[in-house]
Amino acid sequence: MLFKAEVKVTLKKGVLDPQGSAVEGAVKALGYSGVPQVRIGKFIEVWVEGASEDAAREMVQELGKKILSNPVMETFTFSLAPSSDRLVPAVGATETATRTGVK
Amino acid sequence: MRFGVVVFPGTNCEMDTYHALTQVLGQDASYVWHQDRDLDRYDAVVLAGGFSYGDYLRTGAIARFSPVMNSVAEFAAAGKLVIGICNGFQILCEVGLLPGALQRNAHLQFRCDWTSLRVENAGTAFTGSCSAGQVLRVPVNHGEGNYFADPETLAELNQNHQVLFRYCDPDGSVTPGASPNGSLENIAGIMNTAGNVMGLMPHPERACETILGSADGRYIFESVISHLTGRAARV
Repeated sequence: MLFKAEVKVTLKKGVLDPQGSAVEGAVKALGYSGVPQVRIGKFIEVWVEGASEDAAREMVQELGKKILSNPVMETFTFSLAPSSDRLVPAVGATETATRTGVK
Repeated sequence: MRFGVVVFPGTNCEMDTYHALTQVLGQDASYVWHQDRDLDRYDAVVLAGGFSYGDYLRTGAIARFSPVMNSVAEFAAAGKLVIGICNGFQILCEVGLLPGALQRNAHLQFRCDWTSLRVENAGTAFTGSCSAGQVLRVPVNHGEGNYFADPETLAELNQNHQVLFRYCDPDGSVTPGASPNGSLENIAGIMNTAGNVMGLMPHPERACETILGSADGRYIFESVISHLTGRAARV
């Protein structure tokens, strides 16, 4: 069964976010007040095959810890739901995967 | 001595590293492709700089899962010397062989420039040919060299004298302005607690000949060679 997880990776509190600070500065430069802070993270979509929702969740949790985030400076959360998406490889996707050869 | 220079797709400093080791320092070296697993014949392994896997996701995040990295971990666990330069440092942090992480430069700009490095601990396999407090002129070339670690890790690094190099002014004073990237406490290079794995953002391989503007990078490689051969340092 196919599930889709939406993973949000954010910097831990207190970790400096130069990108967020730059955007924050730009927002202020546009004349907006009442925007005390901007922080930037990553949004990652992951489709997983799993026998059950729990199994799929477990896998995404593991991926989040192992590769999607760096626990030294980031944390992650995700939501997961059954997916009926028909996955079509993006143009050039197979080519890239073959070239990098990560297993 | 025999050096293995690890190459991932996107690594781009392997030839400079190879040149410095073989032509300048007269050592044996060969490239190790990221899918190789056999490091037995090497006395030391260097993870060269570059942009492995295009820095996708995070710097070093994908390279750390390459087959060769299991062998590098075993190599390190056996007490052999591992050096990570720039992207190599980022990979060593990602894989957990070194503590902390390298973040985006605080000013968000890519920096390609000369830096001065103060040798903080001259009693290691990587700095034995230096004197404590010596200032080395070595270039940096990175967008994500801003060293980060939580306060406990940072305290541990300082306590165990694991910080080997800090960015400094040419006179050796460590000032915020001397750091090219906003690194915590101006940290430019660290080693693990066992003292056999070292990572640094600056590129010593690009500073091994005076015609290139500095030969100070040789101090680092000569330290390693002296440590491996057990002979007195000569730079």
